[in-house]
Amino acid sequence: MSPFGLNAYILISALLFAIGFFGVLLRKNTLVIYMCLELMLIASTLGLVAFSRFNHTLDGSVFVFFILTIAAAEVAVGLAIIVALFRKRHTIAVEELNSLKN
Amino acid sequence: MPNLLFYLFTFLAVGGALLVVVNRNAVNAAMFLLLSLVGVAGLFVLLDAALMAFVLLLVYAGAVVALFLFIIMLLDTTPGAQKPFKKATIAASTLGGALLILGVISLTKRGMLPSTEAAGSVPTLKNYAEQLFTTYLLPVQIVGFMLLIAMLGVIVLSKRFAVTDKAS
Repeated sequence: MSPFGLNAYILISALLFAIGFFGVLLRKNTLVIYMCLELMLIASTLGLVAFSRFNHTLDGSVFVFFILTIAAAEVAVGLAIIVALFRKRHTIAVEELNSLKN
Repeated sequence: MPNLLFYLFTFLAVGGALLVVVNRNAVNAAMFLLLSLVGVAGLFVLLDAALMAFVLLLVYAGAVVALFLFIIMLLDTTPGAQKPFKKATIAASTLGGALLILGVISLTKRGMLPSTEAAGSVPTLKNYAEQLFTTYLLPVQIVGFMLLIAMLGVIVLSKRFAVTDKAS
């Protein structure tokens, strides 16, 4: 049994999401940006599970399955893109990947 | 005792997440991501969703973080050669995060969220399976196809095509 109300869990979820958002905006290493994106996805799953538990429905928890699957597929494709990028440009820093500018 | 566990897992999740963001070394960042995941999985167990905690650890700790570490070591980027963060970037991202948290705090203060858990039994594996194979049957199939498409995409992206290499 969880000793705290839904508010506490939603607050933690938002905190994790905000930290991930902060990281996506701040960091320059593409891999770390990806990790922060994963963090945001996990934060959303925490919110879904909390809502699902406090309303006593299974839908939120079942949705987490789909989020995890999407996250796994996203990581696989994203990391393949990063490896392909590194092969061509020999860097993964976002400030040097500006060939679409100008 | 559950109070203590709640604080411990919250500390792990939030502290790990913060260290992912501020860490300069990508390998350490992946390790702290793992720590944060363990915290979130603990919170899932406190929410009576042990199956979700298990799946989260299996998929993220077992597959995603391992893949991250593999790619970090494969690319071998030098951790020391980073430029310092721009002041404007730090200010803008802090403001964005702070506004998000502020919005949620005001929502929890004024919202009518339930503070006690709804009565009823803890969902079992059978309940999940029933939902997945009746109500959510079509999404499950679509997600399966999406995994196949992702796999094909990864193969196409990581294969070296002789023709395109000559053209570039």
